[in-house]
Formats: sequence, C-alpha cells, structure tokens
Amino acid sequence: MKDLSVEGLGMVYELPKGGSVEALHDVSFDLEAGRLLTLLGPSGCGKTTLLNIIAGFLTPTSGSVTLGGDPIAGPGQERGMVFQQGALFEWQNVAQNVAFGPRMNRKKRSETNELVEDLLSTVGLQGFGDKAVYELSGGMQQRVALARCLANDPEVILMDEPLGALDALTREKMQSLILKLWQETGKTIVLVTHSVEEALYLGDRLFVMAPRPGRIEREYELPFAANGLHVDPREMKASPEFIEKREELLSLIWEMEEQIMGHEGGMA
Amino acid sequence: MSVLTRLTGGYGPGRKGAGARKTVTFGDASEVKGSPSWSLFSLLFVALVWWWIKRGPDPIINDRTFPSMRQTWDAFFELVDRGYRRVGLWDHTWASLWRVLKGLVYGVVVGVPVGFAMGLSNRLRGIFDPIVELLRPVPPLALLPLFIVWFGIGEGSKVNLLFFAAVWIMVIAARAGVLGVRGSKVHAAYSLGANRWQILRYVILPNALPDIFTGMRVALGVCWGTLVAAELTGTTTGLGAMIFAASKFFRMDIVVVSIITIGVIGVAMDLIMRFLERRLIPWRGKG
Ligand SMILES: Nc1ncnc2c1ncn2[C@@H]1O[C@H](COP(=O)(O)OP(=O)(O)O)[C@@H](O)[C@H]1O
Ligand SMILES: [Mg+2]
Repeated sequence: MKDLSVEGLGMVYELPKGGSVEALHDVSFDLEAGRLLTLLGPSGCGKTTLLNIIAGFLTPTSGSVTLGGDPIAGPGQERGMVFQQGALFEWQNVAQNVAFGPRMNRKKRSETNELVEDLLSTVGLQGFGDKAVYELSGGMQQRVALARCLANDPEVILMDEPLGALDALTREKMQSLILKLWQETGKTIVLVTHSVEEALYLGDRLFVMAPRPGRIEREYELPFAANGLHVDPREMKASPEFIEKREELLSLIWEMEEQIMGHEGGMA
Repeated sequence: MSVLTRLTGGYGPGRKGAGARKTVTFGDASEVKGSPSWSLFSLLFVALVWWWIKRGPDPIINDRTFPSMRQTWDAFFELVDRGYRRVGLWDHTWASLWRVLKGLVYGVVVGVPVGFAMGLSNRLRGIFDPIVELLRPVPPLALLPLFIVWFGIGEGSKVNLLFFAAVWIMVIAARAGVLGVRGSKVHAAYSLGANRWQILRYVILPNALPDIFTGMRVALGVCWGTLVAAELTGTTTGLGAMIFAASKFFRMDIVVVSIITIGVIGVAMDLIMRFLERRLIPWRGKG
C-alpha cells in the first residue's frame, strides 16, 4: 500500500487573452493508504485541477505529487479515475468496458472474463454484461465506471463529482456502494463533491477548499464513513453530530460564496 | 423506422401517431415524419402531368423533346433485353457503380489517415491545412481536362476524378471525428493503462466511425453526381455515356430511362448506407 503525498502544489493557468488564474496555491497534504478523502468547495476552487494533477493529466506549475515515494509524471494505471459522466466507451458493451484495462494489459482472456463477472456482481450489475452502456440509467453507468476502474486494481481511485449527475435517490444508493467498495477493497480514494452531506457521509477525511487562489481552507477528520455501513444512512444523516457538522460546513461555504459574490460585485 | 413501415405507412392521413394527444403540433419538428401516402400521391401527380403533356395524337410536347410513359417503359425493357449498342442497361449501370466504388474506396483509404493525422498532430495539421483548404472547394469536373492528360481518357481519369471528389470529404469527416472525442474518454483510457497506439485503435477510431460513415454517405452522393458528367466523354460504358450517345440520336426515351436509373440507384445507395450505419455503428449519437 502506498501513501499519497502532495507538496507545495501550485497551478497557474495562463489565459489566452492575457492574464492568469491561480487555480491552486501552495497545496500540501499527506494521505495515508486506505483513506477516503473528500474535497468540498464552491466551483472554481481548483478541485478538478488538483485531481487532474494527481491523475497525471496536468503538470503543476510548482510543487510535486508522489505516490509511495515515486513522483507522478503522467497518467498511470495505479491511479484510476471515475468521471462524472460520458467517459464510458459507448461502442463497447458493459462487459467490454469493464474489461478494457486488463485487455490493454494483454491479460489472459479467461481470467479477465472471470474478473469482469466478479466486478459486475460487486457493483450490482450481474447479468448486464452484454447490455449497451447507453441502455443503462445514469446510476448504472456510474456502477460500470466504478467496476471498470477497479478492474486494474489501482492503488488510488480519483473521482470527480462521480454522483453529480444523478437524482437524489440514486445518489444515496451509490454513496452506500462507494462506502462498501472502499471498506471491502481498502483502496485510497479521493472524491470531489458539491454536496456537503455527501462529503460528510463518505469522507473519513474532508478538505474544504476555497477559491482565488484555490487552496485548502479547513481540514476535518470524520467518524461517519467508518460506521457508514453498520448504521442506516438516513439515521446517520439525521443524527445530531452529523447535523452539527453539516451546519458548520454550510455556514463556512455560505461565507465563502458571499465573499465571491462581493468580489464579483466589486468588479462590476 | 424500417423501410417496410415507411412504405406501408404508419402515419398516413387518417392514422394518427403520438401527436394525436398533443395540442401543439405546428412547429414541433418531432411531429413531422413524412407521410408515405402523400409521397405516393406526389408520384401519381408527376405521372399524371407526364401523361397529360403527352396525351392524344398531337401532344403538347413532341417525342423529340420528351418521350411518353409508354415509350419510356418500352425503352426500359429494350435496354434490359438487348441493351443499347449491345451493352445492356445493367452493364452500363454496373460500369458506373464500379467506378464510383473504386473512387470512394481510394478516397477513404487516403482521406481517413490524413484526416486522423490532421486531428492528432499540430505539425501535420499545419502541413495539410493549406492543401486541403485550397483543393476542397474546387469542383472535380474542373480538373477533368488535366486528369485526361495525366491519366488518359479512359478509366484512369474517371476513377482519379472520383477519388478527388471523395478524398477531401473523407479528410474533413475523419478530422471532425478525431476532434469530437471527449477528453475524459481519452483520459480514462490512459488511466486504464492504454498506450498511444491503443488509444488510437480502441478510443479515437471507434469514436470517429460515425463521422467517417457520414462522410462516406456524402462522398458517395457527390461521386455519383460527378461520375455521370465525367462519363460524357472518353468512354462507351456507363450511364453518362449512354445518355450522351442516345441524345445524339434524339433517343429521349433512353435518356429518360438512364436519368431514372441514376436517381433510383442514388436513393438505393443511400438506403443501403443508412442500413449499414444502423447495423455497424448502433452507438451513433449515444455518447
Ligand atoms: N484549462 C484551463 N484554462 C484556464 N483556466 C482554467 C482551466 N481549467 C480551470 N481553469 C480555472 O481554474 C480555476 C479552477 O478550476 P477547476 O479546477 O475546474 O475548479 P473546480 O473543479 O473546483 O470547479 C477556475 O477559476 C477555472 O476557471
Ligand atoms: Mg470541477
């Protein structure tokens, strides 16, 4: 198991019309293997940028990211990615999508087929292997995306608002699935979300990020995810401790939004 | 909708689709599906006009200008049975089709890789852009004199001309297909361990196939139109050649049979392409 270490990360986008945006400013943290970190914050605070740097799709302007001591220089299969939507291959059926990673690695076909069957039942899609992905609902598509990511057995799973496009009920079911996968596989997960409740429920660590420049505003260690599967999720989300934290975070984010509005009002 | 339901008419007058419950249908494009019975009506109307202009012993339009339906019908069977100048109608048709297919295949084989290169590399985009942009708007027939000098008056100049007609369309279509790939799909594939070659083969190519197919449909139509004009010189086979030869002897019946054949083949080719498209790339537009 490998720890993820982020050191003094900075990212400045040069705008084509001149000027620049500081999407990340001096972001540092260490994430021990097997933890589930949620990133919460208003849009534009650099959550996607941070995830893309860890995934290796972007090179930061300054600072470094290492996984188990090895610096990250590009995309790699020890860091799996789950996108919000539209990243499945619609020309392949469900099983082929899940088998994509092993196939790229030229794994034995019989082993891959077995693995795919296993993973499909893990995410609750047994029997859906030969369906076209566009025949599935949004929630089922995200289940496929999770299974596809797990097929390569990555060290870290990065998720950029994976449930952002789902309706509220489907979302709750998927949250439980993510918790289950996390506890069963012991993977390190970094999950970006817009939802305060989701960040609290899933995160065993939580960073609230702030914009201009994008940075980590506050860090929390949370008890909820560890118990998430033993307690009824609705009950947990209605418990006084959960509500207290929720209100605390909401007012923090409201403050931030207000500052942003004030800032934009000032510019106008 | 299958060809069968279209011909037998699911939505003719008197039959109502889902629109029967909508109060607003004018301006609702999803309610405009075409109507086979009205299509039949319009064909009958054309036939009626044709009959009317050729009616009686002294028709409005004489036989040297336009044949009657009867003459055209007879000419059709004469052409199928005995052919024109000993070459049968199907042989002429086949000669034309074969040229179009060759031109199209060459156009695809050259155009798709060039389009991919332009979509994947700055340098190659820079190199090919001016050539493509300058030659694309040139009507293929404008090049026929040059091509005759270069490739001879026979098959060579015709197939090359069709290649020219098809290749730019295929370049543009393939390039659009590559540029249309969603960044997250490519990223996902890299994170799943794919190398560059695998990204090209398993992500970019299938993602571009719908656009490539659309390009082929357009190119096929353009080639078909270009060919008939190109066949007016330098060959004795093909529908265009038949039109030209028949017109010299005022065999307007044969000219009209050829024209109808050209139209029908054009429609048939498009229907076949649409059928193949549904079969081969069912994921079109579902990404
Ligand atoms: N490719 C880019 N070019 C220029 N600016 C960008 C680019 N990507 C993101 N940004 C800017 O960087 C900031 C952070 O963006 P992002 O990481 O997408 O935030 P989040 O995911 O938290 O909404 C935003 O202000 C955004 O406008
Ligand atoms: Mg984002």
